[in-house]
Amino acid sequence: MEVNEVFEKVKNLFVEELGIDEDKVSMESKLEEDLEIDSLGIVEVVMAFEDEFGIEINDEELSDVETVGQAVNLLHSKI
Amino acid sequence: MSKKRVVITGLGTVNPLALNLLETWKKLCDGDSGIGEITQFDTSNVSIKIAGEVHGFDAEEIFGKQYARKLDRAGHLTLQATKDAIEDAGIDSSERLGPNCGIIIGTGIGGLSATENAVRVYDERGEKRVSPLSITQIMPNSSTGQTSIKFGIEGPSSTITTACAASANAIGEAKRLIENNFVDMVIAGGTESATSGMTISAFSQSRALSSRNSDPEKASRPFDKDRDGFVMAEGCTMMFLESEESAKSRGANIYGYLVGYGSSTDAFHITAPSEGGIGASRAMDQALEDAGLSPDKIDYVNAHGTSTKINDVTETLAIKRSFGPSAENVSISSTKSMVGHLLGGAGAFESMVCLMSIKDGVVPPTINLDSPDEECDLNYTPNNSIEKDISYAMTNSFGFGGHNAVLIFSKN
Repeated sequence: MEVNEVFEKVKNLFVEELGIDEDKVSMESKLEEDLEIDSLGIVEVVMAFEDEFGIEINDEELSDVETVGQAVNLLHSKI
Repeated sequence: MSKKRVVITGLGTVNPLALNLLETWKKLCDGDSGIGEITQFDTSNVSIKIAGEVHGFDAEEIFGKQYARKLDRAGHLTLQATKDAIEDAGIDSSERLGPNCGIIIGTGIGGLSATENAVRVYDERGEKRVSPLSITQIMPNSSTGQTSIKFGIEGPSSTITTACAASANAIGEAKRLIENNFVDMVIAGGTESATSGMTISAFSQSRALSSRNSDPEKASRPFDKDRDGFVMAEGCTMMFLESEESAKSRGANIYGYLVGYGSSTDAFHITAPSEGGIGASRAMDQALEDAGLSPDKIDYVNAHGTSTKINDVTETLAIKRSFGPSAENVSISSTKSMVGHLLGGAGAFESMVCLMSIKDGVVPPTINLDSPDEECDLNYTPNNSIEKDISYAMTNSFGFGGHNAVLIFSKN
C-alpha cells in the first residue's frame, strides 16, 4: 500500500469514527493541537488503526507520534 | 451568622414532553402525556414496550460529533438543560462561571448505554477493544464533570445517587451550600437516560413497571385503582440557584425561593417504603421545620406518585401523617402521570413544576385518575389542572434504598 493510500484511510477513520472535520486533516496536522485528540482519543485512534489495518501497535512505538504524517509513516512501515 | 435565603433564577429541562421549559409547562397544564412506544431499541425480547423518551434531540447535531461521542446520552441531556438554565438566569453561558459557582447533579444509574456497550465489546472482542472513553461515560459523576468543564464551574461539586430521590437531594444540598455561605451560586438538578432492554427487564422482573403496552398514554396512572406500575422515562432538569443578594444585585428574574429541605432514610427495606410512610413523613416534617411552616400553609404538593401499588398508598398515609387535618385541603398531583418516572431526574423536574405552579398559579393535574383507589383518598387534582394562588409548594421524592427527600418552594 502506498503512503498516500494509508493517509486516505487514516483521514477517513478520523472523519467517520471520531467525527473530526475533514478539512483539518493533513499530513502536517498535529493530533493534539490541531485535531483536539487527547490522550484517551489517541487510544481510540490506535484501536481504529489496528482494526483497519490488521496490525498491532504498542505504546512505545506510539510515543513519538505527534502528527498525522508520523502516524501514517508508522502504519506504512508495519503493513 | 444568619443563613442566606436561596432563590431560583433559571430553569432548563429536556424531557419526554418537550425540549424546553415553556412548552413542557404548557403540556403539563394541558394534561398531555409524553409516554409512547419505545423507539430507541428493539423491544422484541422484552415484555414492556413503552417509556417516556426524549424525541428530536440529536446530540451530534447540537454539540458536533467529535465532542458528542465523548459523553453518554445522560450527559448530552445535562449539557443542554444546564445551558438553558444558565441562559434563563440571564447569564452568558459562554463565560466561565468560576469558583463562586458549585454544581450538584443527581442521577440514579449513570452512563448506562456506555456500560452496556463496554460489556458487550469486552465479551465479544476482549480487553483491547474496550473504548478508552468507557470509564468517563460510565461513572455516575460523568455528567457533573463534563458539565463543570463546559461551563467553567469551579466551586464545590458532587454527584448524588440516592436513586429516585437523587435530584431532590441535589437541590437540597445546593440550598445548604448557598445558605451557609460557601458559594453564591449552584447549578443543581438531575439527569437520567437509562431505558434499555436490560433495565426494562430488571425493573420488570421486580414487578415495578406498568405493562399497559396497548395504551401508553394511559399507563402511568398514579392513585388510580387500575394502576399497575411506573413508566420509565429519560430527561434532565437543571436549575440555577443563588443567594437572594446575588440575584437582586444583578437584577435577575426570581422564580421563587427554596425555603425547606428534609432528608431521611427508611432503614427498613431496599425497595419497599417503611410501613405507614414513616420515613417519608419524617422528611416532610423536616422540610416544614426547615421552612418554619405549619403544614396548613402548603398550597400544593407535587407527589412522588409513581403509579406503583405500594408507593401511592404509602405516600397517601405519609402525607396524612405529616399534614394532619390539613391533608384534606391541600392540592396534590403527580406529574409522573404525564412525563413518566425520570428516576434520578424526577426530583428536579418536579421542583421545576412547583416553581412554575407558584409563578403562574396553576396546579397541573394527575392524568388517568379515572377511578381513585379507595386507599388514595386525598385531593389528587384528577385529569384537569386548576387555577390556584400558590404561596408554598412541596415536592416529595423517594428512592429505592429507602431515601426520602422533600423540598419546599415559596413565592416570597
